[in-house]
Amino acid sequence: MTDLLEVTDAGLYCPAGGFWVDPWRSVPRAVITHAHADHARSGCDRYLCAAPGKLVMRSRLGGRVPIDTLRYGESTTFNGVKVSLHPAGHVLGSAQVRVEHGGIVWVVSGDYKTAPDPTCAPFEPVRCDVFVTESTFGLPIYRWPAPDTIAAEINAWWRANQAEGKTSVLLAYALGKAQRLSAMVDPSIGPIHGHGAVMKLVRAYRDSGVRLPPIDAVPARAKRVGQGRALVIAPPSVAGSGWLRVFGEVAVAQASGWMTVRGIRRRRGFEKGFVVSDHADFPGLVAAVAATGARRVLVTHGSSEAFARFLRGRGLEADVLATRFTGEQPDRDDAGDAGDDDGVGSEAEPDVPGPDMSRPDDGAAVDPADRGELS
Amino acid sequence: MKRFTDLYGRLDATTKTSEKEALLVDYFRAVPPGDGAVAVRVLSGGRQSRAVSTALLRAWAAEVAGIPDWLVEECYAHVGDLAETLALLLPEPVASPPTAAAMEWGGLADCLRGTVDRIRAEGDEGQKRAMVEEIWRGLGPAERIVWHKFLTGGLRVGVSRTLVARALAVVAGVEPAEMLERLIAARLEGAEDYLELLDPVANTTSRRPYPFFLAAPLDEPPAGLGDVVGWQVEWKWDGVRAQLVCRGGETALWTRGEEIVGERFPEVIAAAERLPDGTVLDGELLVVRGGRQLGFDQLSKRLHRKAPTRRDTAELPVAFLAYDLLEAGGVDLRAEPLGQRRRQLETLAAALGWPVFEPPLVGDPLPSPARDSVPFLLSPLLAPADWDTVVTARTTARDRGVEGVMLKRRDGAYGVGRTRGEWWKWKIEPLEIDAVLIGAVAGHGRRAGLHTDYTFGVWHDGRLVKIANAYSGLNDEELTEIDRIIRATTLEKKGPWRGVTATLVMELAFERVAESTRHASGVAVRFPRIVRWRKDKSPAEAGTLADLRALVAPVDPGSLLPPSTHLPPTPRPISRPSERQTTFWEEGE
Repeated sequence: MTDLLEVTDAGLYCPAGGFWVDPWRSVPRAVITHAHADHARSGCDRYLCAAPGKLVMRSRLGGRVPIDTLRYGESTTFNGVKVSLHPAGHVLGSAQVRVEHGGIVWVVSGDYKTAPDPTCAPFEPVRCDVFVTESTFGLPIYRWPAPDTIAAEINAWWRANQAEGKTSVLLAYALGKAQRLSAMVDPSIGPIHGHGAVMKLVRAYRDSGVRLPPIDAVPARAKRVGQGRALVIAPPSVAGSGWLRVFGEVAVAQASGWMTVRGIRRRRGFEKGFVVSDHADFPGLVAAVAATGARRVLVTHGSSEAFARFLRGRGLEADVLATRFTGEQPDRDDAGDAGDDDGVGSEAEPDVPGPDMSRPDDGAAVDPADRGELS
Repeated sequence: MKRFTDLYGRLDATTKTSEKEALLVDYFRAVPPGDGAVAVRVLSGGRQSRAVSTALLRAWAAEVAGIPDWLVEECYAHVGDLAETLALLLPEPVASPPTAAAMEWGGLADCLRGTVDRIRAEGDEGQKRAMVEEIWRGLGPAERIVWHKFLTGGLRVGVSRTLVARALAVVAGVEPAEMLERLIAARLEGAEDYLELLDPVANTTSRRPYPFFLAAPLDEPPAGLGDVVGWQVEWKWDGVRAQLVCRGGETALWTRGEEIVGERFPEVIAAAERLPDGTVLDGELLVVRGGRQLGFDQLSKRLHRKAPTRRDTAELPVAFLAYDLLEAGGVDLRAEPLGQRRRQLETLAAALGWPVFEPPLVGDPLPSPARDSVPFLLSPLLAPADWDTVVTARTTARDRGVEGVMLKRRDGAYGVGRTRGEWWKWKIEPLEIDAVLIGAVAGHGRRAGLHTDYTFGVWHDGRLVKIANAYSGLNDEELTEIDRIIRATTLEKKGPWRGVTATLVMELAFERVAESTRHASGVAVRFPRIVRWRKDKSPAEAGTLADLRALVAPVDPGSLLPPSTHLPPTPRPISRPSERQTTFWEEGE
């Protein structure tokens, strides 16, 4: 009896169906959970994603590659294997992949969050036998404050910066979090500006029918932008760069789940951090796992070992699954999303494992505990 | 309490010293004096005693949070700060503010008296737990962090005592140096102490030390310092820097860590009775036995003995080696040139019969029948004819058990802090070896979550044997990169420790290598630190245990105690474990 999905050199593979989920090498048929660079890599022959995410995927992968879509809940078959996509609540168009064959159901969560987000469909639990879950924030210290609380904090910070004549610079992933933040804040406080990488995806979101407040691009060769009043949303890579110069005196804050921990915030040199994540917090992960009814859980990226052990303590069959997904990174936020954050475009995305990879390059020693054995 | 928590959060949020000072000034101006006394004590690094063991706190927090104990440890390894870990794990507060009235919540001093002191005094563990849990229910994460730190006696704020003194000086309107002196001697137990500290009128109290004047490291040969005649050249001793203050018929012995340690060295205090009133000496505490100086490890045994027995003082006699006279006849001499101060010091030493202590070379016969228990010694001057003589003398430093040479400008005053160009310390070149990184644990504080505390090994019989742990010497980028490699090459995990495949080679520097039965390798290295990451070297090219053994300092028979007279291992304080974590002295700088 073989598994429905297994980890191969190219990624998570379904032998019965002949397709890969979020492959990290070029393959003939890729089913994509969402458009972040560690999940959607260019170079495959054919892609399948959820319909609401098609334009976002197109903006990441370029204009010509064939992208098929399914509506949430709609199914298709590959070699008799039934595949359907279900909302993951992570970013626009993010999906969990449900795979059914011979009466067995697997669900691959991709990245997900259970907190509400005005810019994408909410996470929907899907019943299954085997659940492949992420665990970026799989430690119980990670518990997100209510989005309203965070929105109020960001608004108060923005106003306080205005009072001091400083432009507010909020650092966040260009895809997903930037748009979500723009929809969370109070646009009546002042103008909102977006970095080029952010604007590209703002357009994709708007073209997909997501309502966002007015956001202005930062004009090239501008001398002075924002005048100490604006909120600027930009990818983390701009921190400390000359790009910030046009905004005059700035207050810089990072929006990330990692901002929960003071040491991580300090190491990154940010004086201010807001706890906002597009990943599930620990209670969210525990609730999501329970809602699937799965007896077997495979845990990928993040605190996978601890979370798997925790689940075993609750009587589940749980193991670590070694993938090259990186999720949100505590020390290099652009790692999972390098293409867009650097404004380079997705073509340049090399097949490089992320910094917190649980699986190193071929030939290097492998942490036995991190090796995913699917037998 | 809210005000202090707020200050803590703001200090934590900025890395700029000027902003920290401004925050402190605002706080000290606004705070009620009773709270001010507590805050100054805490902010300037005063020790607090623990009210509950961290083991109990962890166990209680695990139960309250409904998670297994191992997961608390996992979180702690990730966060790197226990107070913060527990604060994040506990459930949301049920009410805010809490059952405030009952606990006299409000002011910092009242809060500590009403909660921390009560919990400390409570003997029954069940009662302790009930009190802790009651407060947990009422506090949000930010307040919990600060409160946990008070509870466990581990509050460290990212401000130095000097910075606190500077802020207090602004509030009081006095000179920072004057405030630092006041701060060192202040009792800080109640409102009056705080008001006295902020007294705008400068006054002197009897047993205050002067701020220590510090030497800067000399990185290049001294030829560029001008004529050698302008410099007083001395040995750099491997002891504990100290000031002896005799005023008003009382004697106080202060370390550079600005701790009073007189009761630990009764032989020095007793002999100081012969000193005239109004004398302040600057010098070094050393263990000198049989005419030879014993190593720093022997001195540290005495430092840990709060109340030494007669046997302790006989087996490890401590001497105060004087090298400067800061006050004579009640007159502050610090503005006088060093040459003048030295002449007065020599006159004093001659009057009291203090011998000059020349550090003998290993194996040298001792010049005169060794006299034990001479509690006062005079630091010898090298009087070199030229810089080459200094260079040569320095090469003998390791064999004399000293750390190098000191160069002090003869016409210079005794300054405050570290002023470049007045005093130089020219240490001997460290010993070095290329070692292989064999394991790591995650760091704390700013290095939380990164594997930055490394274990190093060298080759022996085809295996890597552990020789040292080292933490310092790399920049943030390198730390991040190495963390990534450690995660990717992990072979085994033992709790927070990861053993890794040998891929990384670092150049380590250390001061000394000695035989040791406590280490599996058979050698112990002193002060290991990382010089650089040798990306150009493969693990196979790293050093061997034989290379390291070749560096072992020659054993001086005079420095070895007969086995029967060895002091027992350093005792562990029983009731106040927080003291164990605090290095209250600083090694001779």
